[in-house]
Amino acid sequence: MATFQFNLVSPEKLLFAGAVNQVDVPGAEGDFGVLAGHASFVTTLRPGILVMHRDSGALRVAVSGGFAEVGDAGLTILADLAMPVEDVNRETFAGYVKEADEAAAAASEGPQRDKLALRASQLRQLQAMLEG
Amino acid sequence: MASLKDMRVRIASTKATQKITKAMQMVAASKLRRAQSAAEAARPYAEHMDTVLRNIVGSVAGLDAAPALLRGTGSDRVHLLLVCTAERGLCGAFNSAIVRLARDHANKLLAAGKEVKIFCVGRKGYEQLRRLFEKNIIEHIELRSVRTVGFANAEAIAQQVMQLFDKGAFDVCTLFFSRFKSVIAQLPTAQQIIPPVFEAAAGNGAGATYEYEPDEEEILAELLPRNLAVQIFRALLENGASFYGAQMSAMDNATRNAGEMIRKQTLTYNRTRQAMITKELIEIISGAEAL
Repeated sequence: MATFQFNLVSPEKLLFAGAVNQVDVPGAEGDFGVLAGHASFVTTLRPGILVMHRDSGALRVAVSGGFAEVGDAGLTILADLAMPVEDVNRETFAGYVKEADEAAAAASEGPQRDKLALRASQLRQLQAMLEG
Repeated sequence: MASLKDMRVRIASTKATQKITKAMQMVAASKLRRAQSAAEAARPYAEHMDTVLRNIVGSVAGLDAAPALLRGTGSDRVHLLLVCTAERGLCGAFNSAIVRLARDHANKLLAAGKEVKIFCVGRKGYEQLRRLFEKNIIEHIELRSVRTVGFANAEAIAQQVMQLFDKGAFDVCTLFFSRFKSVIAQLPTAQQIIPPVFEAAAGNGAGATYEYEPDEEEILAELLPRNLAVQIFRALLENGASFYGAQMSAMDNATRNAGEMIRKQTLTYNRTRQAMITKELIEIISGAEAL
């Protein structure tokens, strides 16, 4: 199977760089899969689980948002926070969810609030996926 | 003239100082290693961010709809200087070098009739700038309680800057920090972050026409504040590495100076001691002869 270059970076460090067969990404407007030779595009991410498929098996990585760029050089994901699903600390994550809820509750009416509320619900969804 | 006892005390105290500077040097060296690897680990993100941003900017260039954060407010009357320095001293000219660069910049702007506002990150820079630009300092953050600078710290600063920008408090923002070149060379740097300046956009668009989801504007609206945070984060990390580099060489110097002082003091001490012995011997001998 054709492979392509995949870089997963967070502000603090480079999490993964290497050849992969396929990556499933939680995009802001729906999940999408990337295979070798994908058309160039840029999108934002929502909190969710990213799955990368390699010959050695699949790896599930939780991401809290960020950007994805598909170009000639392959796929680059600029994640805000990312770590393998097994390493996610439930309590820390519950803290994030609570923070997001509070931020949404504190915001004044308007598009800003809708955005925060959406984020909180997406985080909760991710939490459910992590528990499941 | 100092007595022998006084001289012994002075030598002992110089030796104690030397021990402290030596210990500080070693601590700085080990912290430098950590700070340096943190700075290196953060580099890929900043680089990728830069590429993505440049691609998008290339495709929206010319659009009037480009957000103010990218385009600027259209004037350059009010300047915000974001000055990042360390929390502590004993690091040679590290803090002063950054402050001097910021000060020269501020004076130049003031002479040109612009308005200058200063945002200090770090205690040392604040203390030095306060003397000259007391009324220009609008904000001041200390990162003293922070052990290792995380992205969250940078994000918090970026958010404050964003709020100021949204309120229209300034038109141009310049970031001051020290670039880490090597352990002995730290380069105080000024970097304009709002509106961002792209180093000669690598001409060949590489035929990469991107599709955007949702659309350019929304992505830019998210990407630009994030880019701001990334730039500040990078500055803080570079600063961290530079600080320990500067402290290490400063303490190395101090240790060597102390060694030199000890050598000189010991020499004087021994000379004086011998002179006294000779003097006492002469006294005894001449006393015996007189009998």
